[in-house]
Amino acid sequence: MTAFQLNGRAVSPASADDTPLLWVVRDELGLKGSKFGCGIAQCGACTVHVDGRPTRSCVTPLSAVAGKSVTTIEGLDPGGAHPLQAAWIELQVPQCGYCQSGQIMQAAALLKAKPNPTDADIDAAMNGNLCRCMAYVRIKKAIKLAASRMQGVKA
Amino acid sequence: MNHLATPRAAPAGASRRGFLIGAAGTGLLFSFAGANGAEAAGSGGYEPTIWYGIDRDGTVTVHVIRAEMGQHVGTAVARIVAEELEADWSKVKVDPVDSDAKWGLMVTGGSWSVWQSFPLMSQAGAAGRIALVDEAARLMGVSPAACVARNGLVSGGGKSITYGEIVSKGELKRTFTPEELAKMPIKPAAERRLIGKAAPARDIPAKTNGTARYGLDAEAPGMVYARPKLPPTRNDSTVVAIDDSAAKAVPGYIQTLALEDPSATCPGWVMVYAKTFPAANRAADLVKVTWKSGDTAKVSEADLQAHAAALIADPKAGSLVVEDKGVDAAFAAAKSKLERTYTTATALHFQMEPINALAFEKDGVFEIHTGNQWQSLVLPWLAKALGRPEDRIVLRTYLLGGGFGRRLNGDYAVGAALASKAIGGKPVKMVCTRPDDVRFDSPRSPSVQVVRMAFGPDGKVTAMDHAACAGWPTEVMAPFFMPKGVNGVAYDPFAISGANHWYTVGAQRVRAVSNDLANRTFRPGWLRSVGPGWTNFAVESFMDEAAHAAGKDPVAFRLALLDGTGRNSGVADGASAVGGAKRQHAVVARLAKEVGWGKSLPKNTGLGMATTFGQERDMPTWTACAAKVHVDPTTGKVKVEKLTLVVDAGTIVSPDGARAQVEGAALWGMSLALFEGTEFKDGQVKDTNLGAYTPLRMADTPEVEVIFVESDQVPVGLGEPATTVVGPAIANAIFAASGARVRNLPIRPKAVLAAMKTKA
Repeated sequence: MTAFQLNGRAVSPASADDTPLLWVVRDELGLKGSKFGCGIAQCGACTVHVDGRPTRSCVTPLSAVAGKSVTTIEGLDPGGAHPLQAAWIELQVPQCGYCQSGQIMQAAALLKAKPNPTDADIDAAMNGNLCRCMAYVRIKKAIKLAASRMQGVKA
Repeated sequence: MNHLATPRAAPAGASRRGFLIGAAGTGLLFSFAGANGAEAAGSGGYEPTIWYGIDRDGTVTVHVIRAEMGQHVGTAVARIVAEELEADWSKVKVDPVDSDAKWGLMVTGGSWSVWQSFPLMSQAGAAGRIALVDEAARLMGVSPAACVARNGLVSGGGKSITYGEIVSKGELKRTFTPEELAKMPIKPAAERRLIGKAAPARDIPAKTNGTARYGLDAEAPGMVYARPKLPPTRNDSTVVAIDDSAAKAVPGYIQTLALEDPSATCPGWVMVYAKTFPAANRAADLVKVTWKSGDTAKVSEADLQAHAAALIADPKAGSLVVEDKGVDAAFAAAKSKLERTYTTATALHFQMEPINALAFEKDGVFEIHTGNQWQSLVLPWLAKALGRPEDRIVLRTYLLGGGFGRRLNGDYAVGAALASKAIGGKPVKMVCTRPDDVRFDSPRSPSVQVVRMAFGPDGKVTAMDHAACAGWPTEVMAPFFMPKGVNGVAYDPFAISGANHWYTVGAQRVRAVSNDLANRTFRPGWLRSVGPGWTNFAVESFMDEAAHAAGKDPVAFRLALLDGTGRNSGVADGASAVGGAKRQHAVVARLAKEVGWGKSLPKNTGLGMATTFGQERDMPTWTACAAKVHVDPTTGKVKVEKLTLVVDAGTIVSPDGARAQVEGAALWGMSLALFEGTEFKDGQVKDTNLGAYTPLRMADTPEVEVIFVESDQVPVGLGEPATTVVGPAIANAIFAASGARVRNLPIRPKAVLAAMKTKA
């Protein structure tokens, strides 16, 4: 049994240690926001934070998060009102929406590391997250909007 | 615009719409909930038609039959109803419905949703408004003529009453015959209060916080998981032996069963059951299955293309979709001629959510929980597979993690249903891995096209001949949708549309040829825009080549041919085609102005353009696109710097949603042109996951500018048209930048380099 923190709450799922974290979170712990896309860490739909780092949960064995803190889209902000989530709604970013949990989690980690990212920073951080609806123009715009708002709050 | 409420004869005409209406029969007519035409909703509400209900608290619930797959269609349809109903938008709810015969034809595709819904839902809304106003007038003791409905409130004679109060206190029994509804007048554009105005899409907030529910998220008590073992070929494999000895070591593994499929939808499928998906996944990797397969097991992409080329070379092959008199004579008399061949490679849907479905039997009804675009197509397959009538099967509706046409073909639902049936109807959640999803995809068929043009002595275009050969999705999955060409041979209208363009080219021939080897090797799919994805690449690349051959500017050459005369006047193509080719002329001219066509550009940089009428002649979405590209002369690598699109889609119901559809469709076109494409190898698609298959990512995304032409014409489709202009615009821009003419999609750097060397 592997114990870790999930969105601030202690959990000890019964899944085997080698079970991918994605399926533990989705099917045993019931948080469906993280998605399955490629299974090989290439699409980013399953992105969660492990101790704050953006992590592809589809290839992360449960054992790798023992004692760590895992945050999923459901735990990013208690009211779903993280500046990125607000910007995503304001700019009407999602189309089918399936990749967007991963996009937002990836972007949230980016803004933590680089509060004022350049276009190149955004491209570099987000290039691993596939959006099949190709909502890239709006994703980039929303990241910049959220960044400017978060900067404003700090200043 | 009332034609959708009018029953039409089935497959007589050549249009896709004609078939739809025919196939829909009376299903597209207004249906009433009860015998008296009006029936109280569950909570004592009022349902003027089956399409929406009004509760006693004034909440309007709009039942939406269209799949929500990124186009925010629920919001668009609900706003169409609310506009005429004069509802308070804040009290309007979107209700995506499960399959039921009462809805008639259930399909989401073809960029049809808003176009088809607009007259139907407008009239349904207007009917409700009239009933509410009449009842309000009675309750308030004033004449209906003195009453005005606005924002969920009826006012008149100094009094007012809310819709909720009317439903609570009144006796709403007003009925309308289908004929009355079809004649129901709808507002002039100037009086619209919701349509064309900004409104946040209702499906978006849940897609930012993890609460949106897709097929993959569906669960049922006691369900087990299953992953299929897919046979070596799509159509003709049979199971010889199964060895699951190694899988037995996987904790949670349950069993492996070969599925019996009377519908032949999933032939040769073997299902591996386990208590969890990871266990089913691992066990499936360890199960060994021996199949016996037919002759498609060795088919390659080159075989498919060689077969297509051979079929096209036979002038007697295929269906004559357009056959004017004098084509051969014009070519025989031509002063000069141009002939070019264009090809496109196999392309995948690669929607983000791998195909999956949850199936079980409950109270005598088989429930299928999954995202689906064409419930009416898959229900008969399910009925045959399960051996039960369609009314004992229901498709529960979920959000789609991408549609793009993949989920028009609901074949995956059959696999899941059979998996449940095989264990007595217990709940089974079938999940495909990405490679499973890709191998079972209905890819866009590879294509071969030969286009010819004849020029008279004065350089005037006198004839055009376009032949296209590809696998035909409609022949394989929905042959009842196939009209007949003028030579009596049936054709797939989805696979040839686009070749019947609006250019006035003298005597015209369009010949559609089915690639029977493709149809046998795989199940050809309807992939976003379907035929125009390849036909318009040929038409618009060819127009560019023809312009250069004629010594004319590509924009000027096109504008001269878009003269709106004869069959291109739009007169014969219905209410949505008002203006005809003149409107295509207008978007091309506007585009040229917007991008400064003809201006000089930096070295190795070029501007190319292409245009389309969208999906079909009787639902034209007039679109023009310019691509600005840079070509690296040493590597042949193409960088797209900017895409500019001008779109005339008539009335725009949801401006921001419309823009999002065009942005996404344009980038799809770019992705298909430069980054996607795979090939068949040994009867299967070669690239089965990311890394090998490489759709567009953010770093390669250019600036995209979308300009809508202001119009109050009939609203037409927006999901697909922009997909089909970007590829040829890029190809033409590559020529402008480098002199390299590329005639195959996808365009790889190697091909650009090679074309730069030959310059021909």
